[in-house]
Amino acid sequence: MTAAAGAGRLTSLQASRNLAGFWFMLPAAAFLLVFLSYPLGLGIWLSFTDSRIGHVGAWIGAENFAWIWDDEVFWLSVRNTFLYTVVASVFKFALGLYLALLLNKHIPFKAFIRAIVLLPFIVPTVLSAIAFWWIYDAQFSIISWSLVKLGLIDHYIDFLGQPNNARASVIVANIWRGVPFVAITLLAGLQTVPQALYEAATIDGANRWQIFRHITYPILTPIIAVVMTFSVLFTFTDFQLIYAMTRGGPVNATHLMATLSYQRAILGGNLGEGAAISTAMIPFLLAAILFSWFGLQNRKWQQGEADE
Amino acid sequence: MNDRSDPLAPPLDAEEPGSAPRHGWWARRAERLQTQSEGMDYLMTGYQRLVMIYLPLAIFLFVLLFPFYWMGLTSVKPNEELIDTAGNPWWVIHPTLAHFRHLVFETDYPVWMWNTMLVSVVATVLSLIASVMAAYALVRVRFRGARTVGGLIFLAYLVPPSILFIPLSIIVYQYKLFDSPMALILTYPTILIPFSTWLLMGYFKSIPYELEECALVDGAGRIQILTKIVFPLSIPGIISAGIFSFTLCWNEFIYALTFISSSEHKTVPVAVISELVSGDVYHWGALMAGALLGSLPVALVYSFFVDHYVASMTGAVKD
Repeated sequence: MTAAAGAGRLTSLQASRNLAGFWFMLPAAAFLLVFLSYPLGLGIWLSFTDSRIGHVGAWIGAENFAWIWDDEVFWLSVRNTFLYTVVASVFKFALGLYLALLLNKHIPFKAFIRAIVLLPFIVPTVLSAIAFWWIYDAQFSIISWSLVKLGLIDHYIDFLGQPNNARASVIVANIWRGVPFVAITLLAGLQTVPQALYEAATIDGANRWQIFRHITYPILTPIIAVVMTFSVLFTFTDFQLIYAMTRGGPVNATHLMATLSYQRAILGGNLGEGAAISTAMIPFLLAAILFSWFGLQNRKWQQGEADE
Repeated sequence: MNDRSDPLAPPLDAEEPGSAPRHGWWARRAERLQTQSEGMDYLMTGYQRLVMIYLPLAIFLFVLLFPFYWMGLTSVKPNEELIDTAGNPWWVIHPTLAHFRHLVFETDYPVWMWNTMLVSVVATVLSLIASVMAAYALVRVRFRGARTVGGLIFLAYLVPPSILFIPLSIIVYQYKLFDSPMALILTYPTILIPFSTWLLMGYFKSIPYELEECALVDGAGRIQILTKIVFPLSIPGIISAGIFSFTLCWNEFIYALTFISSSEHKTVPVAVISELVSGDVYHWGALMAGALLGSLPVALVYSFFVDHYVASMTGAVKD
């Protein structure tokens, strides 16, 4: 057999691979191109048009962006989104890590406890948000009732009626839903920490904090980076919790960028303006994605694989 | 060395380490180190364990589970007790199923359940088929550009529905899918495929190449290899991806809210919040019953497949 014939056979093998790859990728690619990539591009295009519901508009340049730039409510929603994301993520991380460390101890009914801890995460967000809505009810709130009976407050708290109370209340509900995800994922990471390291550190006289700081934390860092990127991403783009509990009220005080874009585009019919608000979220999402990418690379390096 | 204030020191009657002990303090210690994963915590006293572990854990469990207790309690409370401010709201005196009866017989609740089930099952099956094929191609067929495509699919996982629903609503309208379950069946896979593909790629990587080579030598085609070898071996991964996808579909809200308008096509999460909330008077009993019933299918699926579920959740983050 000549070298040329061998090379030809290899080329045809690669060609058949490419063909097979194409057919195998086709269904997934079709879904993602038609219902994900195309709308992503269409959304950016829409944000430069004056489209309304039922009428595809004309190109108007950056007018929508200029309009929302001067809009107080838009900036309020941006501030709310950041407040919501930062505060909720910090608490989700701290409480999630704490819960993961507790669940990693030797406790009775461990498997059962681990299973029920995840319940807030699997139950539909809207449905648990409705439960919180009822817990926060101005007239019948169980929290207010209990605090009054304990003598800690003398009148019922208006959880969702006052701007700052409402912000705190939705953040608490978000933390409640997010902690189990962070905890269970970090627990999986904790279980990969080699036991011998803890023994060695204990024999060397390290205390609890030193063990955590110099063994547990460095080994967990990559998984923390990934989990928190996901958590930040999903908190930043949250919609359902706010929609179910406050619909952005009172007087826009709890609007996030996602709920504001829904209100402007779908309820107000102003698709172009709503799309502009969505498009304004993309730079922040890109920043989070880059962060996640570096987190993943870091992880590969730590597992002894080559960086890609 | 044997200072009694040092909790690490072996008791005075302990054998010397290195003398290959089969019993006694060192053996017990070694055994404990092997069977327990919490490190040195057996050195804590009972009181310390109570304050450092059980108390915080109890507070966590109380806070995480309280809303479910409250949902359940409210759903069986008669209306008189719900608005009675004199009684103790933490308990119910005359439990009733009236709210559930109202939901099942006087609202479209069974229809909403059916819609959600239909959309979730069909979208999950479609996504699994597409994801198995895509993941197999990305891991094993090694076509040109496979790595880039894999990276793009991961990026697709990070594109949130809340920036896509506005343009998608136009597309749904143009394809005449508005207010039809097909709108959800076709759009949900975009949320599920990236995640499932990523998860399944991890499973496929763990299947030995040799098995496929044997099949190739025996004259099997790619489809046969996929259905007869790869598919049976990755059943646990497919179950994980399926359960997680089903839960994601069941919980999806923003597409269902935007693309569906008539009551008889709504899914449970959207219907509970839009159809059961009417006017200024909130029927809390019926709302909580609706929330509870709507959570039941995912809770049931979850309780049967906890381990698969956790594996898929952490697997997608880890791989």
